[in-house]
Amino acid sequence: MIDFMKFLPYLLVMASVTYLVRMLPLVLVRKKFENRFIKSFLYYVPYAVLGVMTVPAVFYSTGSVISASVGFLVAVITAYFERSLITVAASACGAVLALELIIKFI
Amino acid sequence: MGIRDGVPIFLGYLSVSFAFGIFAVDSGLSIFEALLISMTNLTSAGQLAAVPIICSYGSFIELAVSQLVINLRYSLMSVSLSQKLGKSVHLLHRFLIAFGNTDEIFAVSASKPTTLGRKYFFGLILMPYIGWSSGTLLGAVAGNILPKIVVSALGIAIYGMFIAIIVPEAKKIKGTALCVLCAVAMGCAFKYTPVLCKISDGFVIIICAVSISLIFALLAPVEDKGDRVEEGATE
Repeated sequence: MIDFMKFLPYLLVMASVTYLVRMLPLVLVRKKFENRFIKSFLYYVPYAVLGVMTVPAVFYSTGSVISASVGFLVAVITAYFERSLITVAASACGAVLALELIIKFI
Repeated sequence: MGIRDGVPIFLGYLSVSFAFGIFAVDSGLSIFEALLISMTNLTSAGQLAAVPIICSYGSFIELAVSQLVINLRYSLMSVSLSQKLGKSVHLLHRFLIAFGNTDEIFAVSASKPTTLGRKYFFGLILMPYIGWSSGTLLGAVAGNILPKIVVSALGIAIYGMFIAIIVPEAKKIKGTALCVLCAVAMGCAFKYTPVLCKISDGFVIIICAVSISLIFALLAPVEDKGDRVEEGATE
């Protein structure tokens, strides 16, 4: 268990940074960026971040790499057909659960 | 009304933050600590990246820089959002609305044809905030009660959400698909290379995301047509 007094400064740091990143532009900036390079960079950042965070971590996110791989595939397929966030997440969970139940009872 | 528009986001957040609650407690945080993180941050990817850093007592700089890089997209959204604020939104309200500027809340408000008043924004933010906080609490508490097999299955929920954000955009825009693949390849290279694997997850995300995004901004700048950039960054 993480000691609460050691935890507090971390909480302060992350909450401050996250808030400042949102607040400063909303309060200070009144017009959109015109620079194409900056716009492009900011456009790619979330996708690069999400990519790095998802693979390979997703394959270790459940009880076994096999069930996680199936869940990953189901998520990619449902996402490809542009289902909502909740549908994609729930489908992946359902696939993992089904497969782990099958593995358990075989 | 803003509250009605917030209900679908509420449901989505409930399930994703449930997974975050489980993840946070499994990583070594207390239930209260997990809840505090969600109530003060309201951001999925950033929180997920922060937990391993906190639980390994990593450096504050690492934590701050990882949050800055992961959440940098909110700056762009806030710039765009500032154009949507109606006359009823004063400076004090800007400070409050900024806190609730998440991917999904921004996406919903950006999809509206007109400027929006402060009541709409507060209504829109309310339900997702409750969903995010209560889902975290439920996950942190019930993660210990639920059967192991169910917890195992829910572990993939948050990644399912990330995939749901990436894939539709990557399907439409080839550069985005390539960017994600390059980022994944670079992340894997760090993860599975003997010396590089010692570098913590937080810094790996920063190094990969910044370098890949810079390269793609240089080689494949997005078309400078209307609101394309804002639309792309919303979901």
